[in-house]
Amino acid sequence: MTGLLIIALVTLVPAAVAMALRNVIHSALLLILSWAGIAAFYFWAGAEFLAFSQVLVYVGAISMVVLFAVLLTRHTRTDGGVAPDTLGRALAGLLIGGAVLGVLFGAVLSTPLPIGSKPAAAVTVHGLGVELMERHTIALLVVGVLLTVALLGAVVLAASDSRSGPEDAR
Amino acid sequence: MNAMPGIFAAATGADSLLERWPILFRDTVAGFFPAPLQWLVGSLISILAIVAIFGGVFAALTLLERKMLGRVQNRPGPNRTGPFGLLQPIADGIKMLTKEDIVPRSADHLLHFLAPVALLAFSILTFAVIPFGRNLVPLELDAAVLYFFAAGAATELAIFMAGWASRNKFSLLAAMRALAQLISYELPLLLSFVPIIMLAGTLSMTGIIDQQAGWNFGFIPKWYIFTPWGFAAFAIFLVAALAESNRSPFDLPEAESELIAGHLTEYSGFKYALFFMAEYFGMIALSGMAITLFLGGWRAPLPFLEFIPSYLWFGAKLLGLLLLFIWIRGTFPRLRMDQLTRLAWKFLVPLALFNLGTAAFWSLTSGWSGPLQLARWGVAIALVVVPFVLLGRGLSRGVAPRTYRFA
Repeated sequence: MTGLLIIALVTLVPAAVAMALRNVIHSALLLILSWAGIAAFYFWAGAEFLAFSQVLVYVGAISMVVLFAVLLTRHTRTDGGVAPDTLGRALAGLLIGGAVLGVLFGAVLSTPLPIGSKPAAAVTVHGLGVELMERHTIALLVVGVLLTVALLGAVVLAASDSRSGPEDAR
Repeated sequence: MNAMPGIFAAATGADSLLERWPILFRDTVAGFFPAPLQWLVGSLISILAIVAIFGGVFAALTLLERKMLGRVQNRPGPNRTGPFGLLQPIADGIKMLTKEDIVPRSADHLLHFLAPVALLAFSILTFAVIPFGRNLVPLELDAAVLYFFAAGAATELAIFMAGWASRNKFSLLAAMRALAQLISYELPLLLSFVPIIMLAGTLSMTGIIDQQAGWNFGFIPKWYIFTPWGFAAFAIFLVAALAESNRSPFDLPEAESELIAGHLTEYSGFKYALFFMAEYFGMIALSGMAITLFLGGWRAPLPFLEFIPSYLWFGAKLLGLLLLFIWIRGTFPRLRMDQLTRLAWKFLVPLALFNLGTAAFWSLTSGWSGPLQLARWGVAIALVVVPFVLLGRGLSRGVAPRTYRFA
């Protein structure tokens, strides 16, 4: 139980501090620490594969996207506009945030979770692969196609038509 | 709490004493402590052994590299400290420890300090799953290959922290350049491992080594490098590993001769040494990974050589790969940034994807025998060579080979 408490602290405190900081890069780095905390929770719960995937995808890749986005859009380190411009925007923000929170809480509370003391059987990577490839093949393929299309779209958006000179190439 | 699975891999009685002594030593020392502490002591001994041994390897490697580069460039290399310059690493260490540690006034002090520490910590973490010998796996994980990449992924974060916290536009630009390179080469690196995982059917390092046991015709080891797809994957891996560990000819994040060492510009003293150490640790860990996945791990190359302990075979293979890296550094000129990313995205990634198909073919035709075996080899080799030649020709059309006219 102490382990779970420490993991919860590592996950929630950086997330809370990240919202309060004015330095956006610091916020982003704390957010990454929070993601690592979630990975630690997966590991604590026995989902080894999921924990490593979380680190690989969130700490390794999505963190880079976040940091690049921050660096490419901000001009100085501390120009984060924290105060809302108008009362209407503040209200809209509160409303949307509250709605998301409500939906999440509703989903969590209405899901029947098996509560018991017996630990779940450890799932090996092999078992996970068989499960994905046999029972959820369609879902896996659909996700794969979706990601490929997204990737192609990004390449099309980013590619420029200008021909390169002979000295630019290779 | 969950105990780490298999942290106490028991030594089996079948192995010789030479093979078993590291495990016996660990268990004996751990036996002096009360039972609840034994797993902790056992893990600490493993950690201490890794840090001590690879710290020593790092020191020896810096000297070896300088000596070998010296010979490549027709000069003696370091030869003033001790016999043949053998004490040079110690002199370097004292120099690094006593140098002034300069931090720019406007730098982000905490991140500036954390970056080298995080980088070194994450590169040491990758050692945890590498099997150094028959029983010498510090941490036996079911998803060990994934763990290796997860631990390695965080190094990108440390490089970003170093470049950003320095508050120096050259450092930041260099960090972005380094990140572009690391992200580009992560993909071929991962893709070059996928055929191995496909054919071995496991993500566990021990399982992959077990798949490579035995010999064909009594003398050709069943290592994955001796198959067409394995060889192609190894070649892709080698290029990507050089780029991932910032080694020449892909060392343009640092490029000490023209780009003032990139994101390391504002680092001095021991923090700089930590970056240096992390780079070498990364190189050693990737070599260890290559040995496990392609070169049969700690297995002996020939049946009658099996009396030599497995960790010595691992060491010999590691030394061979490291020497190859140094040789490459002394031989090839540095790539340009656009050439670097082009090589990754237009050449290595498609080749790695083709190689996936080759591996699938190999897996589907595993039942073929007799003359069909020859056809299997022929088709697989063609599947490797034809895309390589066509892609290479297509990429260099109109540009290479260049003709130079001297006035």
